[in-house]
Amino acid sequence: MSKPKHIEPLLWSLFGAGGMTIAFFMTGIILSLVFFDASTLSYERMHAFFMESWIGRLSIIVALVPSYWGCIHRVYHGMHDLQIHAGNGIKVLCYGFAMVLSIATVVVVI
Amino acid sequence: MTDMIKTNDRTITLEILRYNPESDEAPTFGTFEIPYVEDWSLLDALEYIKDEMDSSLSYRWSCRMAVCGSCGMVINGKPQLGCETFLRSYYPEKMRIEPLANFPIERDLVVDSSDFIKKLESVKPYIIDAVDATKAAPKKKQPEKTSTGVYKQKPAELGLYKQFSMCINCMLCYSACPQMGLNPLFTGPAALALGHRYNLDNRDQGADERTEVIQDKNGVWSCTFVGYCSEVCPKNVDPAAAINQNKAQGAQDWALSFLMPRKGDK
Ligand code: SF4
Repeated sequence: MSKPKHIEPLLWSLFGAGGMTIAFFMTGIILSLVFFDASTLSYERMHAFFMESWIGRLSIIVALVPSYWGCIHRVYHGMHDLQIHAGNGIKVLCYGFAMVLSIATVVVVI
Repeated sequence: MTDMIKTNDRTITLEILRYNPESDEAPTFGTFEIPYVEDWSLLDALEYIKDEMDSSLSYRWSCRMAVCGSCGMVINGKPQLGCETFLRSYYPEKMRIEPLANFPIERDLVVDSSDFIKKLESVKPYIIDAVDATKAAPKKKQPEKTSTGVYKQKPAELGLYKQFSMCINCMLCYSACPQMGLNPLFTGPAALALGHRYNLDNRDQGADERTEVIQDKNGVWSCTFVGYCSEVCPKNVDPAAAINQNKAQGAQDWALSFLMPRKGDK
């Protein structure tokens, strides 16, 4: 058992979770666009489900929050791959942004 | 072989990166036009050049059958073994041969592999038998030992790590890995896969001793899962999979270290 001295394992786990939620929910969105007609997916109905029921709110948080972390992780490591060696400042900025977005999402939805 | 060469007037052009540290400022390409023989491997072609055209050409080789891992080079931009690469796959186009990328060139196609060897050693690539060494209680269940002191291992237990034990240390994966070029301190695909191989071996008790290197920033966490290492590997070791299995394990240990902080300390 080990205790790594960096938080990369945490960021990577969030990245993995984000990849998974994006894959699931994108498929869900595309399939529902194929199988349901416009009135079923009307703004009012969607709003009623996702913003007014607990299960809806929970699922929208689960869909969105890990995705932010997944995307920002990709962006941050992508910069490294493109030989832009961002320092710790940029790292804090990137993940800080994901953190702010996550908190904002939770606040807005709840 | 000479008969074959005589009866054949087709030729193929090889551009080979040449560098002699005693006389050259920087590496330059040398061009060789050699007879095209359909069943020649690139290694055969290099041998022909060394014997008949330029005896100063330097390259490593030994077994000629993709077992020794000596003749890794970059062929038309892709890291490959010279013995497994055939002229006929390129003819009539020319071939461009360079030493493995991400290594210092010693001379011509020979690279300095001492850093690679150090990295291999850093993961302690041998069975660490804690019980024998320290008389400590085994951390995981130990396989049965025969009266002569040999561990018994079931085929399924062998199957767990066999793939990762097939590495021939050809260094193609180090040449393929973009992270290796960006961060020379990265432990790299083959060494991490080798550490994983011993961690998965049920005779081994040394996982804790390898963690520091494997889970370091310059260990598995330097990898961004490009996956080209596994693509170029001539032995299907799949080092990218080994690295990702260790990331998953590392993430789990990381989380557990909060739940059971005392277990995390040594
Ligand atoms: S993992 Fe594959 S490519 Fe890398 S050194 Fe071993 S055999 Fe060669």
